[in-house]
Amino acid sequence: MKGFLIITALGIIAMLLQVFKLKKLLLPITVLGILTAYVFNFLEWNQPFSISYFENMIAFDKVSLAFTGVILATAFFWFILASKSYEGEESMIDHFALVLFALTGAIMLTSFKNMTTLFIGVEIMSIPLYVLAASRKKDVLSNEAGFKYLIMGSFASAFLLFGIALIYGASGSFDINEIRAYITANQGELPSFFYAGVVMMLIAMCFKVSAAPFHFWAPDVYHGSPTLITALMSTIVKTAAFAAFMRLFLIGFAGVSEIWTGILVVVIAASLIVANLTAAVQTNVKRMLAFSSISHAAFMLMVILANVRSSLSVNAILYYSLAYSIGSITAFGVMHRVSRNGNETVDSFNGLSKRSPFLAVCMTIAMLSLAGIPITSGFFAKYFVFTAMIGTAHKWLLILAILTSAVGVYYYFKVIIAMYFKAPDTTVELNTDSSGNLVVLITTIITLVIGIVPGYIAEMFTS
Amino acid sequence: MINGISINYYILLSAILFIIGAVGVMARRNSIIIFMCIELMLNAVNLLLVSFSTLHNDAKGQVFVFFIMAVAAAEVAVGLAILSMIYRNVKSIDTDLLSNLKH
Repeated sequence: MKGFLIITALGIIAMLLQVFKLKKLLLPITVLGILTAYVFNFLEWNQPFSISYFENMIAFDKVSLAFTGVILATAFFWFILASKSYEGEESMIDHFALVLFALTGAIMLTSFKNMTTLFIGVEIMSIPLYVLAASRKKDVLSNEAGFKYLIMGSFASAFLLFGIALIYGASGSFDINEIRAYITANQGELPSFFYAGVVMMLIAMCFKVSAAPFHFWAPDVYHGSPTLITALMSTIVKTAAFAAFMRLFLIGFAGVSEIWTGILVVVIAASLIVANLTAAVQTNVKRMLAFSSISHAAFMLMVILANVRSSLSVNAILYYSLAYSIGSITAFGVMHRVSRNGNETVDSFNGLSKRSPFLAVCMTIAMLSLAGIPITSGFFAKYFVFTAMIGTAHKWLLILAILTSAVGVYYYFKVIIAMYFKAPDTTVELNTDSSGNLVVLITTIITLVIGIVPGYIAEMFTS
Repeated sequence: MINGISINYYILLSAILFIIGAVGVMARRNSIIIFMCIELMLNAVNLLLVSFSTLHNDAKGQVFVFFIMAVAAAEVAVGLAILSMIYRNVKSIDTDLLSNLKH
């Protein structure tokens, strides 16, 4: 809770720095604030029980603290990565403040206990991102991305709200534990509009995590937004949305799982097929990463489908979001450096191994991790998903997942081949950015370390 | 039963309003109308919440409506700002012109 309050306060402090013209202090204050929040988060982890706040609206249990930890770690790297490129700009403080507010919403989503905080969390996270997606004012592509994100985001929110209203109508409560108790008490005689509410909330959450067939906005939005903002969307937003998805469906609606697992199977199968096949024909790396994020969403949904709120599935989804977030930060960090002149195609990576061997090695490791090749963290992430799935009735999904992962290897390797086996484009100069290099180096090391010794995170929750 | 009218009619009315809004978002090409349709969807939800709140004799649903109103206002503020920015760049708010992000 203290970490949550610190991040909220940081956003306000960042805006005050604008008033007092103390722009130089912005980065140190933000980084220190996130570290402090992390320390408080860690202290709360060691408490034996979870405390709920605001009339049981928010509760920080171990699961939410772990997800908050992943989000804060990603945000920490993001701020250092972004500091250099926003340095000269007038709007640096606005950007940072908006990102901090989005973080507030993300942390709220990991710890909600009530439909009110779920809705408010989704909106606090999304509204700053609409602005950030459209933040390059003169660029029509960025405008379009912001507009599409806004329309699709509020469209999904309306579905979420209609679902909440129907569930409230049936159960008379917004509290997820009370809804759970209501389902158990009225098993078999729930009104039909309660089921409609659950399905509408499922559709809304699939929109938010961008799973097919509700994914169509994601490639456009990822493509049009500034690269750093895309990095934010595919890491922090994804992690928070999955934490919320898991809380809502595995705590709140566990009693009616026969309703939503059927739909979820179709969503996962569609996401795996559509995302991997479409990603294979993309030439723009950002669009390719957008489709790859849809396929990663399908993997994380598979853990939810396994439908056991045991320590195994929490571990699997936590490890997956950490591995994916860290790998994406590396990939987008390198891409941000390579594509500064606006060329985001695979060709812009041509001969990177000669222009900057360091960045090429880091990008290779990130790509291997996203593809799920051993000794990187991505391999164990997929491995844990498969172990969580193996005991369920949907084993054919595992086969589909393995087949589509093989397609995934093809498009991730396209980038690696471009970096090592194609002639460099000498006209483009890479500018030096020591803090960016540091972030890319650290995230690459983390990818390797948690890939070689996955035990600490993979056994975080023991039953 | 609220004032002798079954709750199903309230659900039906809200659902019809919601569907009109949803179809509007997908079918219309003018950005302002799309915003209006999203507002219509949100207000259908408000209507539903208020009727359930009366049915259950419980104020929580009405409090939720205030949250929705506040958030909808924030969303429209951001949306109109983005729209005016788009208008400055392309001199139109027709969504057909916003299709540069395709391959």
